[in-house]
Amino acid sequence: MSPRTAPASLRRDVRDDFPILRQPSNGHRLVYLDSAATSQKPQVVIDAIASYYGGLNANVHRGGYDLALRATDAYEEARARLAAFVGAPDPRGVIFVRGTTEGINLIASSLGQLKVKSGDSIVVTAMEHHSNLIPWQLLAQARGAQLVMVELTPDGRIDLEDFRRALEQEPRIVAFTHVSNALGTINPVAELVRLTHDAGAVAVVDGAQSAPHLAVDVHALDCDFFVLSGHKMLGPMGIGAVIGKPELLDAMPPYHGGGEMIHVVRDTTATYAPLPQKFEAGTPNVEGAIALGAAIEYLRGLGMDAIAAHERQLVGYALAQLSAIEGMTIYGPMDERAGVISFTLADIHPHDLATIVDQDGVAIRAGHHCTQPLMRRLNVSATARASFYVYNTEEDVDVLVVALQKARRLFGLTHG
Amino acid sequence: MADQPDRALEELYQELILDHYRRPRNKGTLEPHTHHIELTNPSCGDELEVDLFVAGDTIADARFSGRGCSISQASASMMTQLIKGKTVREARALAARFNEMMHGSADAARDKALGEARSLVGVARFPVRVKCALLGWNALEEGTKSSL
Repeated sequence: MSPRTAPASLRRDVRDDFPILRQPSNGHRLVYLDSAATSQKPQVVIDAIASYYGGLNANVHRGGYDLALRATDAYEEARARLAAFVGAPDPRGVIFVRGTTEGINLIASSLGQLKVKSGDSIVVTAMEHHSNLIPWQLLAQARGAQLVMVELTPDGRIDLEDFRRALEQEPRIVAFTHVSNALGTINPVAELVRLTHDAGAVAVVDGAQSAPHLAVDVHALDCDFFVLSGHKMLGPMGIGAVIGKPELLDAMPPYHGGGEMIHVVRDTTATYAPLPQKFEAGTPNVEGAIALGAAIEYLRGLGMDAIAAHERQLVGYALAQLSAIEGMTIYGPMDERAGVISFTLADIHPHDLATIVDQDGVAIRAGHHCTQPLMRRLNVSATARASFYVYNTEEDVDVLVVALQKARRLFGLTHG
Repeated sequence: MADQPDRALEELYQELILDHYRRPRNKGTLEPHTHHIELTNPSCGDELEVDLFVAGDTIADARFSGRGCSISQASASMMTQLIKGKTVREARALAARFNEMMHGSADAARDKALGEARSLVGVARFPVRVKCALLGWNALEEGTKSSL
């Protein structure tokens, strides 16, 4: 069903596919600039959830009747689609979880038991989302291991010298984000993975902010684990995936115990199901997986390269327009940036900015973006953040700019 | 209709509020103090600390520190002005009154006892910001619970 050759540029009417964007917000056209928090859903994804419950609902991998077999097939087809979408050679390495947070907790807990002992070190960077930090803190504390945080350059990239220094301690696991949710920085993942492997460590990539926006090829990146959230890539909430190398997943102990993940259960012991079921205890989020499959089909139809090009163009436009506002500070690199712009405006607190632009129907995020170590390094307690996706346009940027000018006026920063 | 939100914003960001935000009164720490309360809003990262010096049952001095939005900073600044020289019981009654105003009480909004803090009446129209305005007052209430 995917087009044989991916389109070079985005359809102009993409916004029409998203029913939520038709409703007004505070009496204005809704300008949704918070896709880094969660994306909106196209009609095909909403329909996929309804048609699952309308025609396919049964528990998977259990019943031997027709409906259960069809539900299982649809669930497994979604897994195969996701594997192909991120370039994973073997769908057995695709584990469905609730989202990136659960996925990283799974890896930290299970891989941690396999690899990390007292005195070992684990490496993260200073730009991680709390979901790629706290699980490693917990693991380090539980194991008596040391957590090392790699510093950033002044323009918000991973400091490669510091990264190399951290690797000299021969860590067991190195975890880093592909794209920063707070700064938009696109990290050189292939290079970071290579350095990590050269140091003998396992590379865990947080792909929550990259999978929705860039063509990802985990095989080419050679990362050991790649984790994503469905709801940030046009899919529903409560579904995500760990994409891991099967040989590592095979060696790791189970994460959750329960139904579906077992082979033979005796009174005091059990043997476990093969991948991927070994890591999918309990009834999975079947409609979530199927609707994520629909989202992937939709994204492939738009073309990931076309999406990336659209966002590059939009971010370039937004950076130029925002920079022209007096008192504007923009954080993060000016190139190699995904569709995320964090900023502050003069002495107006980000929460005040968010309240003011909301009155014009503009939804932006204000706060620490679950990156408190990064905020401390930027010497701010919060920033405002505008983030973009397929349905955003230059007009959305213009509305934001006008609303920010109003904020300056309300705070007495303009004359007349 | 279209400019109604703008009127709400103008009411929210009155000059008096911006003045307290930019020139906070009683900002800093108090040494010695009898009460020290730290409150944070984990969802937004705002942090507020309130120091009190209570002599007998009277709040002889009050300071606040921390960082946050214009509403939380202005509200804490106005609060410290109001409670100085009041008894703990009187200060807690003001906190209760301010709370009522934040939850839409027109009667509380007319209460002259709230002084400049009445200028924050517009916050009540922005439910997500009410917690900002209450941060300092909540610190006061929590810190003086056992002083009654």
